[in-house]
Amino acid sequence: MKIAVSVKAAKSGAAFDPRFGRAGAFVIVDTNTGEQQAVANPAAQFGGGAGIRAAEFLVRHDVEAVISGAFGPKAYDVLHSSGVRLYQAKSGTVDDLVARLLKGDLDAAEGD
Amino acid sequence: MIIAVASGKGGTGKTTVATSLALSLAPDNPVLFLDCDVEGPNAHLMLKPSLAHREDAFLLIPAVDEVLCDHCGICAEVCQYQAIAVTGRRVLVFPEMCHGCGSCALNCPARAIREVPHVLGTLESGNTPEGIRFARGVLTVGEILAVPVIRQLKMSHPAQIGETVIIDAPPGTSCPVVEAVRGADYVILVTEPTQFGLHDLKLAYELTCELGLPAGVIISRDGIGDREVDDFCLHVGLPVLLRIPMERAIAAGIAQGLPLVSLRPEYNALFKELFLTVAGVSQ
Amino acid sequence: MKHIVVLSGKGGTGKTTVTAVLAHLASEDPGTRAILVDADVDAANLELLLAPSIIETHEFVGGQVAVIAADLCSGCGLCADVCRFDAVRANNGLYTIDPMACEGCATCKTQCPDAAITMLPQVSGRWFFSTSRYGPLFHARLSPAQESSGKLVTLLKQQAHAQAVQECYPLMIVDGPPGIGCPAIAAVSGADLVIVVTEPTAAGIHDMQRVLELAAHFGIRSLVCINKADLYPAGTEQIMNHCQQNGLPVVGRLPFDLSITEAMVHGQTITAYLPNSPVSRVLREIWQGILTFVHEQPAVK
Repeated sequence: MKIAVSVKAAKSGAAFDPRFGRAGAFVIVDTNTGEQQAVANPAAQFGGGAGIRAAEFLVRHDVEAVISGAFGPKAYDVLHSSGVRLYQAKSGTVDDLVARLLKGDLDAAEGD
Repeated sequence: MIIAVASGKGGTGKTTVATSLALSLAPDNPVLFLDCDVEGPNAHLMLKPSLAHREDAFLLIPAVDEVLCDHCGICAEVCQYQAIAVTGRRVLVFPEMCHGCGSCALNCPARAIREVPHVLGTLESGNTPEGIRFARGVLTVGEILAVPVIRQLKMSHPAQIGETVIIDAPPGTSCPVVEAVRGADYVILVTEPTQFGLHDLKLAYELTCELGLPAGVIISRDGIGDREVDDFCLHVGLPVLLRIPMERAIAAGIAQGLPLVSLRPEYNALFKELFLTVAGVSQ
Repeated sequence: MKHIVVLSGKGGTGKTTVTAVLAHLASEDPGTRAILVDADVDAANLELLLAPSIIETHEFVGGQVAVIAADLCSGCGLCADVCRFDAVRANNGLYTIDPMACEGCATCKTQCPDAAITMLPQVSGRWFFSTSRYGPLFHARLSPAQESSGKLVTLLKQQAHAQAVQECYPLMIVDGPPGIGCPAIAAVSGADLVIVVTEPTAAGIHDMQRVLELAAHFGIRSLVCINKADLYPAGTEQIMNHCQQNGLPVVGRLPFDLSITEAMVHGQTITAYLPNSPVSRVLREIWQGILTFVHEQPAVK
């Protein structure tokens, strides 16, 4: 499955970005192939509606789970209604966070 | 003739002036009073209309027929406000982001979108004891867009022949104020003689210039500050139409919702004179 | 980092005056140093009491307007048919857009058969990062007749928030706009605490109730400060009753005092201008009262 993690920039080794809607980028990890793809977040500079756009973007990338710091209610609606699972974390590397999710160590996120 | 009463800064006395102007004219002239400060309408406290008529102010927002929809995503692409999100299987509408432009419905190739009213607020109207025709808009708490409510208020209450329209505008200088003031023949700017008042008067004056409307100034709470507002008015050629001095008794009376012309009947004549000046200028 | 927003509903109750005082008092203790935001972008007055020095100026693109290329326009008028904002003007058989009426929805562009319409980003104002008497200040100037004040408020807060977190500021204090619409909602979003500055006038009470409803709608705790409290004692009593019935703490009652205006005319907060006056003492108590609630609140998630 594909898991997205919010990061600060679309380059390798980029740090975790606790924001979802305006995160600099996302790393999409395919747990079947082990492949990792860093993509810039189209909503990073948005005023309003960033969360909605970012959520839409990830759903179009067939992401099934997202790890970020916090999700606004509209982003939550878009992701949740598409069956995407949301998880929250405070920090960590992409590999570390994906491993914790697969082990069941990450908390599900609420849309607030 | 349409007179808008505005200010840059809030709390300078817009509503006090607008209601007293209306009351001073009312015995001899038919008056339509529009309270366009839809986020915080207060004119009814001074004019005491009986608000017999009520209708909804609404925005047309998209409703998607999920059966007809093939999730092509064109609606989300054309929407400039992120009010529609299309994911593989669902379409989500965010009414609070929607501006009611209709682009999504117009551009949907499957004709799967119809527009439904989303209530933003209420329009209320009725007459005051003095026979002033009164209407106001009230934005529902939690709704973001004041402009459509103001627009609908004005469209639902066009002036009748011979009526003087007085518009009580919202404070500030951004889009709700533009919507309220647009189409007026004259703008009265109410300010106070302090640096806050001056700072915001300059912005409000710039707005009247952008809109190409003649303007004049009323200085309220005269005496509390300095002469800088007067100097500015002189410098740009803004007439000072009236001064209302700072008097605690006036402030206390207004606090209770009493109109200025009730507290100080001599202002009736002053406002009538002001009206003649304004009417003369805007011809 | 705790995030405090000062609102009023009605303009002119003393929001900016009180915010400047809070900024002053917050700056006196490193444990409460604050980043300041003037979110009243239509009529930004906080800077008049804070003597800021601008460090950075940025342009703000608020939205976009449609522009019709005259050489491509065939005069079909479809744009005018679809525009819901009365922004299309007919001009000798061709069409033009009134930029002040245009809301940037681009519907006309989607319908134009001549591809004659483009959307131009509009610089609707500027925002500034400054140092000031009482702390770093994020403020803005929205050009008159522009929209997107809510967007500008959101931007200012985002910038301030990022700085506050980065430099470990314990507080962010926001001078909110009047009203309850788009800019007020943007100002209140994400706040830990709302301070409503009200006055005991019929209009003030009416608008105070609406802004309290707004804060409640977003699940944010409100405290009430009554300015000019002795102007109309019956009004003050009405406010006190309302607050009591709704479990809203009243953190203070300020007397109607022209020395506050005098201080403002001299470009100072009253607590700096006349530190020992009765009203300054009440303001210090109000600040202490606010701090007890700030420390009670869990931080922004």
